[in-house]
Amino acid sequence: MNRVIERTMIVPNMHLLTLEAPEIARKIQPGQFVIVRADDEGERIPLSVADWDIGKGTITIIFMEVGASTGVLAGLTAGDSVATCVGPLGNATTIGRFGTVMCVGGCYGIGSIYPVARELWYAGNEIIMVFEARSSYLIYWADRFVHRAAKIFTITRDGSLGMKGHITRLTDVIHALPKPPDRIIVNGCTYLMAHASEVTKNLGIPTVVNLNPIMIDGTGMCGVCRVTVGGTTKFACVDGPEFDGHEVDWKEFLARRKQYTNEETSYFRHSDPKPILHREGKCHS
Amino acid sequence: MSEEKQGKLDLNRHDMPKQSPEMRRHNFNEVALGYTQELAVAEAKRCLQCKKPKCRTGCPVEIDIPDFISYIVKGDFKSGIKKLKEKNCLPAVCGRVCPQESQCESQCILKNKGAEVAIGRLERFLADWEATQGEVDIPLKAARTGKKVAVVGSGPAGITVAGDLILLGHDVTIFEALHKAGGVLIYGIPEFRLPKAIVAREVEYVKKLGVNVITDYVVGKTRSIDELLKEFDAIFIGTGAGLPWFMNIPGENLNGVYSANEYLTRMNLMQGYRFPMSSTPIRKHAKVAVVGGGNVAMDSARTALRMGADEVRIIYRRSHSELPARAEESENAEEEGVIFNMLTLPVQYIGDENGWLREIECLKMELGEPDASGRPRPVEMPNSNFKMKMDAVVCAIGNSPNPLVPSTTPGLETTRHGTLVANPETGKTTRDRVWAGGDIVTGAATVILAMGAGRKAARSIHEFLTTGKQ
Ligand SMILES: Cc1cc2nc3c(=O)[nH]c(=O)nc-3n(C[C@H](O)[C@H](O)[C@H](O)COP(=O)(O)OP(=O)(O)OC[C@H]3O[C@@H](n4cnc5c(N)ncnc54)[C@H](O)[C@@H]3O)c2cc1C
Ligand SMILES: Cc1cc2nc3c(=O)[nH]c(=O)nc-3n(C[C@H](O)[C@H](O)[C@H](O)COP(=O)(O)OP(=O)(O)OC[C@H]3O[C@@H](n4cnc5c(N)ncnc54)[C@H](O)[C@@H]3O)c2cc1C
Ligand code: FES
Repeated sequence: MNRVIERTMIVPNMHLLTLEAPEIARKIQPGQFVIVRADDEGERIPLSVADWDIGKGTITIIFMEVGASTGVLAGLTAGDSVATCVGPLGNATTIGRFGTVMCVGGCYGIGSIYPVARELWYAGNEIIMVFEARSSYLIYWADRFVHRAAKIFTITRDGSLGMKGHITRLTDVIHALPKPPDRIIVNGCTYLMAHASEVTKNLGIPTVVNLNPIMIDGTGMCGVCRVTVGGTTKFACVDGPEFDGHEVDWKEFLARRKQYTNEETSYFRHSDPKPILHREGKCHS
Repeated sequence: MSEEKQGKLDLNRHDMPKQSPEMRRHNFNEVALGYTQELAVAEAKRCLQCKKPKCRTGCPVEIDIPDFISYIVKGDFKSGIKKLKEKNCLPAVCGRVCPQESQCESQCILKNKGAEVAIGRLERFLADWEATQGEVDIPLKAARTGKKVAVVGSGPAGITVAGDLILLGHDVTIFEALHKAGGVLIYGIPEFRLPKAIVAREVEYVKKLGVNVITDYVVGKTRSIDELLKEFDAIFIGTGAGLPWFMNIPGENLNGVYSANEYLTRMNLMQGYRFPMSSTPIRKHAKVAVVGGGNVAMDSARTALRMGADEVRIIYRRSHSELPARAEESENAEEEGVIFNMLTLPVQYIGDENGWLREIECLKMELGEPDASGRPRPVEMPNSNFKMKMDAVVCAIGNSPNPLVPSTTPGLETTRHGTLVANPETGKTTRDRVWAGGDIVTGAATVILAMGAGRKAARSIHEFLTTGKQ
């Protein structure tokens, strides 16, 4: 049981959730995740940790309400508790002195890439931040990046801020720089990571992604999170979630991500008292 | 044995009432219903009360079998269960899942006549009888020693260590990675073979004894063994063998291909069969193939039937007589309608354009010379490839220990199989103040062996805590 300290919708359909989890706060590193179970009947869902406070013993998650479980989380208020919050799981994102690192965040990935960008900045890298969203009103936490990013770019599909179009416009962003970045890190929904990796592969820029497959235990016990990377099978929860975006078999990954779409959506056809709140501001997938 | 005694031999081994196959393949309730008092007493009377009971030597924890059976004959079930529990703290579990046919019952003198005493069923009877008697007696605990022990993992090994050490006066905390305690008994073995209420009762019991059970805590991640050693005087590692093997054949990552761990965890731990009342989905498939021939494979196949599959096949590379599953379970599976494809090896999974499994390609095998395990080696028959239409495959070919704890604990030696190096008599590992037992040491084995290892380790830990000797 972990107490909810705060739960707010920060932009349509995107929620900030702060939980009491002192042991996790003490251990967590950028790129790691926790598994949360909202209530006693709850599914175990993996969520990246976007921030933490060792002093207060809390961790903060940014999540998008996409289905049943995130729907229940979206209905929580301060003082409630979640049945499970276990972690930190997975490996931390590789931090090194790479030179210029471009951080691409979309959807919940704006939140999860924040501690990564922060750590890379501490390590002495120049940070180029790229926000990707359907529209300007879906971008959050921009202020957190301002003093650390040397440059900030935005790509919105409706053109309400920055470049208009899809993540494929990342090519234009890179061309707008005096020299290509030494490394690119992409966090967010699957399509964002897949397409960004395709773009940067053509440009030959090393790119890492934080994969988000279906998971159950998050400790290497079930194998549902397996992905093919460079021709071999990996368990994303223990071998990742960070992988070389150019080596991931994206076709397989996208198919595996959809394994339970039928069952998950049948949920909405059921009359069930669980709160399903806002359905606005959906991602591409 | 005298002529006279032989004449009185009762060779009528009593069957245990079961749900009929037609009925049980459509529900998740327990298959075997257990002996009634009358049946139990009648079966108990068949025991010859041998002076030198061989059955005891077949029991990994040396339960005083004729003794507990003699109490059943007298109708003194209370003393019977007490006797049983002196050696086995999980009789309701072991009475259901132990492979008695290769342990105690295989040594029974009546086995020669094909009518060995049904020791397992009698064990189960006593445990179930006790459960109907209201609150279980809490034994007297030794005075508090002020020593603290951390137990990592809440499977049978961990529960046993915790139960034994708390009675000896030590403070015990169990750390469990999942959200429910019980290990494989909770996440792996299905409800129809081992009701979860029974496992929960055992966990409740150690809690009642005063053991602190902390779930949602991954040792090696939330805290390392070295960090725990700062707070605890001794540590027992009982993290099991939870890493699923795959075969590394083409198509294994198609949708519809599961590890048995995933399939069974969705069902048991996450209660997928109650979806959408529970929130973890499990897919219904019409044709399911299960690869493997052990208990895990039987459990997966029978689960698939209960999820409404029309056709469920066990695909095993050796023949019927080499099936490693308990005989009772493969018989149950067969009765329920599971089809056995023996001497068959999958070589490739073939998918449709959306990444879903469509067919599996197999090879025929034949038996060759015995291999290292003493069983005949399966040999591929050239050009014997054939295909079967399938919607799902459950891979149940084995598990090895999860490297999470060993890889985060410097100095904790492992074998090349990934198991921990530990003294078989004491469970002592290569690290100071750290013991281990169960599947993490032996590789995937049995509940009773895990329990026995827990017993030995508890003794050794107690000795260390009281004398300082390791
Ligand atoms: C390591 C890891 C870290 C993650 N970190 C985060 C995070 O920080 N914040 C976050 O919001 N999510 C994160 N995810 C994804 C998150 O686990 C899923 O969104 C969540 O499990 C959905 O559960 P649900 O029951 O609400 O939706 P479901 O009922 O399981 O899904 C409903 C529908 O939405 C689709 N869907 C599910 N997830 C997404 C998604 N992320 N984007 C678009 N469509 C989706 C499904 O395919 C399905 O069709 C992470 C995943 C992994 C593996
Ligand atoms: C489907 C199936 C059917 C079986 N059927 C039978 C049968 O009929 N008869 C029989 O005798 N045996 C059977 N077995 C085998 C038997 O269940 C095991 O041998 C036994 O459970 C091993 O006990 P254990 O305590 O060593 O480990 P486990 O029962 O595996 O328990 C280990 C526990 O440790 C936890 N853990 C792991 N890593 C960590 C960590 N880092 N931090 C905290 N906790 C951790 C796990 O979550 C788990 O709860 C079966 C096994 C399976 C999978
Ligand atoms: S989530 Fe189960 S093995 Fe990765």
